[in-house]
Amino acid sequence: MRFDSPAEQNVSDRMKVLGQPLRRIDGPLKTTGMAPYAYERHGVAKDQLVGYPLGSAIAKGRIVSMDINEAQASPGVVGIVTTLEMERLPKVDWNVAYLFGGRDIQHYHQAIAVVVANSFEEARAAAALIRVEYEEDQDAMYDLAAVRQERLSDDVEPIDDIGDFESAYASAEVTLDATYTTPGQCHAQMEPHATIAQWDGDHLTLWTSNQMIEWSRQALATTFDLPAENFRLDSPYIGGGFGVKLFLRADAVMAALAARKVGRAVKLALPRPMSANNTTHRGLTIQRIRIGATQEGKITAIGHDNATNTLPGGDGENGARATRRFYAGENRLLINRALEIHLPESNAMRAPGETAGLMALEIAMDEMAEKLGMDPVEFRIINDTQVDPSHPERQFSERHFIECLQRGAEVFNWASRNKAPGSRREGAWLIGHGVAGAYRDAPAETSGARVSVRPDGSIRVETDMTDIGTGSYTIIAQTAAEMMGVSLEVVNVDLGDSRHPVSAGSGGQWGAASSTAGVYAACLALRKKIAERLAVDPEALEFSEGYVRYNDQQTALSELASAGSITAEDSIEFGDFRSEEYQLATFGAHFVEVAVHATTGEIRVLRMLAVCDAGRILNPMTARSQVIGAMTMGVGAALMESLAVDTRHGFFVNHDLAGYEVPVHADIPEQQVIFLEGEDPYSTPLKAKGVGELGICGVSAAVANAVYNATGARVRDYPITLDKFLDRLPEIA
Amino acid sequence: MRAFSYERAGSPQEAAAAAAAQEGAQFIAGGTNLLDLMKLEIETPSHLIDVNGLGLDTIEATAEGGLRIGALVRNTDLAADQRVRRDYGVLSRALVAGASGQLRNKATTGGNLLQRTRCPYFYDTNMSCNKREPGSGCAAQGGYSRQLAVIGGSEACIATHPSDMAIAMRVLDAVVETVNAEGDTRAIPLADFHLLPGDTPHIETVLAPDEFITAVVLPRPLGGQHFYHKVRDRASYAFALVSVAAVIQPDGSGRIALGGVAPKPWRNEAAEAAMPNGARAVISRLLEGATPTEDNEFKVTLAERTLAAVLAEARG
Repeated sequence: MRFDSPAEQNVSDRMKVLGQPLRRIDGPLKTTGMAPYAYERHGVAKDQLVGYPLGSAIAKGRIVSMDINEAQASPGVVGIVTTLEMERLPKVDWNVAYLFGGRDIQHYHQAIAVVVANSFEEARAAAALIRVEYEEDQDAMYDLAAVRQERLSDDVEPIDDIGDFESAYASAEVTLDATYTTPGQCHAQMEPHATIAQWDGDHLTLWTSNQMIEWSRQALATTFDLPAENFRLDSPYIGGGFGVKLFLRADAVMAALAARKVGRAVKLALPRPMSANNTTHRGLTIQRIRIGATQEGKITAIGHDNATNTLPGGDGENGARATRRFYAGENRLLINRALEIHLPESNAMRAPGETAGLMALEIAMDEMAEKLGMDPVEFRIINDTQVDPSHPERQFSERHFIECLQRGAEVFNWASRNKAPGSRREGAWLIGHGVAGAYRDAPAETSGARVSVRPDGSIRVETDMTDIGTGSYTIIAQTAAEMMGVSLEVVNVDLGDSRHPVSAGSGGQWGAASSTAGVYAACLALRKKIAERLAVDPEALEFSEGYVRYNDQQTALSELASAGSITAEDSIEFGDFRSEEYQLATFGAHFVEVAVHATTGEIRVLRMLAVCDAGRILNPMTARSQVIGAMTMGVGAALMESLAVDTRHGFFVNHDLAGYEVPVHADIPEQQVIFLEGEDPYSTPLKAKGVGELGICGVSAAVANAVYNATGARVRDYPITLDKFLDRLPEIA
Repeated sequence: MRAFSYERAGSPQEAAAAAAAQEGAQFIAGGTNLLDLMKLEIETPSHLIDVNGLGLDTIEATAEGGLRIGALVRNTDLAADQRVRRDYGVLSRALVAGASGQLRNKATTGGNLLQRTRCPYFYDTNMSCNKREPGSGCAAQGGYSRQLAVIGGSEACIATHPSDMAIAMRVLDAVVETVNAEGDTRAIPLADFHLLPGDTPHIETVLAPDEFITAVVLPRPLGGQHFYHKVRDRASYAFALVSVAAVIQPDGSGRIALGGVAPKPWRNEAAEAAMPNGARAVISRLLEGATPTEDNEFKVTLAERTLAAVLAEARG
């Protein structure tokens, strides 16, 4: 079905199952270890061998020679595939770096060989015996700051150039000109990339861990030059992705190549120390922000010049993205400089663009409020906009940013905050408070599903939608239960299989809204089919408690399907009105209290509150889990997460989970999440939008602003580690 | 991981003899560090001597009024021991500040002293490292060195020793007891146990290849207030940027050792004379001659400030 106009009253509005805080239906499987993750699917293919990859030891150059004799002779080895056996394999545009094949090295730990052996240990030991001779390029560039400096005078096509920024900024009564930096960040998802591959003639099955089944099927078709129909992917459970599993990656390609070579099923996982440099990261950014405002706090000019790293063909982390639409201001100059340097591939990570952009912009807003002598909550309220500032004829469908700020200020007791930076001390600790706004677009993508009533009266939903830990299983089951008038217990959901209808997949925070809309469409089709069978007008049917009721009669679903399942399939497509006439987005406000040790600079987050405006919340429990997880990730980005660049060798040095620190339990305090009541009929028939990426937007800046408020020391270089402000703490005795 | 042979030793001396008998042999106790290093082929022992069955897992009072801690006492058990908690608080606190609960359940007293550095260039076998491959160079010099040593390092190596336990033991003047293949024993003050890298960073302790740690002895309790303040980038499960182990007496005198700054627990008894003059006076002597990198020069200030925090806490 097409979604061509705003949703009206419909079946999903019953909200008997939807909108309820229900535990995830896949929870018991996960907590008992029964949910099959890719690497553990021992039963899907017989006689599985194990592949172990070898990564390049240089960042840029070429392989002169590879000697695999010793590895080949190593115990248990069945076969070896090296990159020199083939030309560079074609890739689709979503991937920036090539995944395998050829002599050329684009980045450190690029996959260059895979050893297949009877056991994991044998494969790993043999991989260490491959001798590689490289020729390193001498012209490689690994230092973003240096390259940016060289290329600042480049003519870059602005993202937005509205009004006359330079004059408005020059004549503004109050101005800020500050530069912020964010480091590369690692997805650090719990489950590594992993795949089991098995060929049957020229048909390949991959049991894998991937957010976007259809994208990867298409990518496989390109890479192996075979029709997409020849590939089946199955990815029912995914131990986190955050964007690093959006695309086909080297684990799947190597497993497929290896399986073809040895003629048996091969499984392969990317070792953790190889993941950071082999896969993708959130790009580094250097962001210059200029804001001009009137004495009263009205923004008149806003400039955001973002520089980020990418390999050729990518666009890195576009920090200026959220600035397009977050705040009012008539004169706007927004630039993204995607600078080609030779670090590994920068690509999407949770709220790509918005995350790093708001880390900077929301400190700038705090600095500006201080210059104006205003409450930073008030400053943001004054500069709210109900229209897209770059296209004022476009309204936001729903925008309740002001309510987020006001509600949050009330619940957090913002009025009693520390008002003078560095002035509130409790024992050895300085106490500070910070606020930041959150903005993230609310896209939707075509999404399909197949729904059946089965002879036992149960409902089965099939779609290639994925659940990356987000709760897709549960909200899809809730949607089907609501639509078909059954209890959640009798809904059976099967996800992540490319044999199912193509869905929107999990990415860009479009998954929840799009996939449930697809299930809604399929359920409507099924209801219509049932109506036809009963020769009744579909509108006259009421589905409840496992029965279809019409004209004072009722029939159990199980009776209807007694002769065999009744199945319908449909997909939702979103009309242009949704993206062209209106701007759909989600909003939030984050409030944070921190303590900073006045002597050592150690930081402890004490309280966090998020207020979110994201349309109808399909399941407040799973949505809350999304947001608190994102808040945790935001604390990591604020205080500790940073891929350390070795600018001589061109790689991320701290490429394991000991070196790349993410928050532990002891870092995270009580987190409160409030969802504003509301629905967005412009979004989907279910009037829902996503929250998974909204949750991380702005969090880090709220933490940063709180640290400033506690200490009086402003840090514009993330992460905010104590070495960056130690010399500005109170003198010691 | 390379193939290796394996045996279980029957006694400490047998363990030492087994080590003497085969080149490339190593002892394995908790394995919390060694196994990781073997998987990455940073350590490639040809033979493992499992010492877990040797007993050596008790803590006993010594005639001198101290404690003899068996080499195989697990970190968790040592930290929880009532006598340790009462009389050697600095040690108990240092232990629980280290690693995670699961690791502490496996890690042993002897093994903790022998753990290897967490320098990222030591861990990445594509990079040069004199500790891993003598003579290959030090990629950490001029590289990412935020976590690395500010004092005691050399041209060849600027790695730190990662232990928390050892810092506390150094403050307590602990003594390491060993036995060798011939059954000879010796007692090595912890001060002399770890070596500075010089131009042989791969040699980290004074132990002979066939020498096996049987116990660590703590002298009689010092009294005073005990502190272990470990500063790191997250609240738990991270190596120290700087840690301060201190025992402070009511008259303001005391002892201090630093972790996270050097290739070994860093203590200088002469610097402790300055304790009544405050943190700055102590650290300026303790870290005199420090040669930090741009990445880690903050550690000098941080050491000063962390000691200041400890002294303030001691004053109450």
